[in-house]
Amino acid sequence: MPEQRIVSPEFMFNEAAREEQFITGSEAVREAIKRANVDMAISYPITPQSESMHLVGDIYAEGYIKEYYRGENEFAVMSSVAGAAMGGVRVFTATGGPGTMRALEMFPTWAGARLPIVCAFFTRGINSPLTIQPDTIEMAHLLDTGMIMLHAEDAQDLYDMILKAFIIAEQTEVHLPVGVFADGFFVTHTRDKVRVCPVDIKLPAYLPYSAPVPVMDMENVPIRQMRDPFVMKSNYVSYAAHASWQQEVMAAAERARPFIHKYLGGLVEVENPAADILLLAGGTAVCQSREAMVMAREEGIEVGLIKLKSVRPFPGDELRALTAKAKAVIVPEFNRVGWLSREVRNVVEHPDRIVAGPRVFGGMTMPPDLIMAEIRRYARE
Amino acid sequence: MSQYRVMAGPEGYLPPAAACQGVTLPEVGWALVEGRHVPEQEALSAIVDKLLNAKRPFFFPGPNLLWEWKEGVAAKANALRKLADTAGARVIPMPDYRPKYPMINPAIEINPNHPNLTIWHNKIDVCVFAGVHCHYANVALKIIRGGTDCYTIAICGEAGHEDANISLRNAGIPQIEALTAMVAERRRLS
Repeated sequence: MPEQRIVSPEFMFNEAAREEQFITGSEAVREAIKRANVDMAISYPITPQSESMHLVGDIYAEGYIKEYYRGENEFAVMSSVAGAAMGGVRVFTATGGPGTMRALEMFPTWAGARLPIVCAFFTRGINSPLTIQPDTIEMAHLLDTGMIMLHAEDAQDLYDMILKAFIIAEQTEVHLPVGVFADGFFVTHTRDKVRVCPVDIKLPAYLPYSAPVPVMDMENVPIRQMRDPFVMKSNYVSYAAHASWQQEVMAAAERARPFIHKYLGGLVEVENPAADILLLAGGTAVCQSREAMVMAREEGIEVGLIKLKSVRPFPGDELRALTAKAKAVIVPEFNRVGWLSREVRNVVEHPDRIVAGPRVFGGMTMPPDLIMAEIRRYARE
Repeated sequence: MSQYRVMAGPEGYLPPAAACQGVTLPEVGWALVEGRHVPEQEALSAIVDKLLNAKRPFFFPGPNLLWEWKEGVAAKANALRKLADTAGARVIPMPDYRPKYPMINPAIEINPNHPNLTIWHNKIDVCVFAGVHCHYANVALKIIRGGTDCYTIAICGEAGHEDANISLRNAGIPQIEALTAMVAERRRLS
C-alpha cells in the first residue's frame, strides 16, 4: 500500500489526474474504497455482491482499512455497521437481493439514527424460486426507509458515487445513510473502462463531532447514555416526538439536494430534452436506452433521455419541468412492479403520458429493440 | 424561494418540516428569518428585537455548551450566559436528550421530545436554542411551532435550522458577543 495523503473532496472529484483501468464493477468498488479513508468495513457474502466485499477484505489486508470482519448474516452486518457509525467512524458495507431483504429492519433504523453509512446494493431478484439474476425490485422496498438512494449506470458511476456518497452522507445537515445501487452482474461482473484517481490520495476523515446527533464514544457529550432513547409512552407527547423525528429525517434528505447537485452534477442527467419522446431510466436501463436512442436516430426519430441518478431524494421538480412538453415518456425498467414509472406518474402533469415499460425481470436482458418498439409506437401517433 | 413562512405557532396538530416546504438553509454569512434568507446582521437585529420585546424570554443551552468537552466551549458558554443575563432572560439547561419519566418537572427541565410542556408551564414567549445537537433541536422546534405560540431562535454553530423562526448558522463567540453588545446598547438608549 502506498503512503496516502489527504486531499479535499473537490480536488479528488474535479482536479486529480485520472488513470483508465479496465475493471469489473466489483473492482471499481475496491478502487473507490481504497481512496475513501474508510475506518471499518463489515461483510457478508451474497451473489452478486460477494466479490466486492471480498476485494474490500483484500485491501484491509493491505492496510487501507482499519477494521474488517465477516458478520453472521446480513442483519448482523447492518446492525454492526450501525454500531460502528454511532461510535463515530466511517463505515462501508454492501449487500443485495435477499440480503437486502433480510436486513431490511436496519435501513430505517440507520436513517432514524442519522447514521452516515454508505452501503452498496447490487440488485438481484428476491422472490422464490431462488434467483441470483439481475432485477431492481429490491429498490421498491427501500424507497421509504429514509436513506438517500443513488443509482449507478455503470462501473464508472459506481466508483464515483461511492466516493461522493461519503461526502454527501456526512454533511452535518444531511447525515443520513446513502445506498449506492448498481444492477447486479450487468455492472458487478462485466469489465468496463473506469477512470480512477491516483491511489496515493484519499478523502479527509469523517468528523463525527459536527454530527447532528452525539457520537457514542465515551468522550463526547452527553456522556454514557443511550443516544436515541425510546419515547414509547402511549400519549400525545410521545406521538408528537416520533412524528417530528420522522419529519426531520425527511427534511435531512431534502437538504441533500444541493450536495447532490454539487458533487454529482444534479439528480438527473439529460440528453436532447426538447424531443417529443423521452426515455426516463435508472441503472443499466439507461445504457439500453442509449442504444435505443441511436437506433431511433437512424430511423429519423428524435428521442431524448433523462437519466435518473438520485432516486431519493426524488427529482420531482426536475421531472415535472423536463417532461412538460413531451408527448410520451417511456420508462424502461428491470423489475416486475414498475416502481420507477409509479414514482414518475406521481410527480408529472398529465401522467397518462407515462409509458410504464418495457419491463423485464428475473434476470432477463433488455434488448434495445423492446424500447425501440415503444418509441415507434408513439412516433406514429 | 419557498412561499412557506416559518412563523410562531400554534401552527396546528402536525406542522410540516420547513425543509419539506422548500425552505433552504442559508449560505455562510446569511441567516434565516421566518423562512427567508437574510444577511446575518439583519438576523442579529431581529433577534435583539425579539429578546427585548419578550415578556418571558428563556435560553435553552444544550450539551454542546453545558459540558466542557473541547477547547473553547467554556468561553462560548460564558458568552451565552452573559447574553442571557443582559437580555434579562432565564436559563433552563438541556444537558441530555432523555425523555423524563415518569414526568418532567417543567419548571426546571426541558427535553427535545416534549419541549412544549416546559414552554406552556413557564409561559415562555421567546426561546433561544444554543448548543443543542441539530437533530434534536429540529425535533423540538417543530413541536414548539406546532403547539405553542413561543417564538424560536436558534444560535447554531453548524448549518442552521429551517424550523426556527430565526436561525443563525456557524454562530460562535463573535456573533454572541455582538448580540450582547446590541442588547446592551438598546437597553442604554431606552
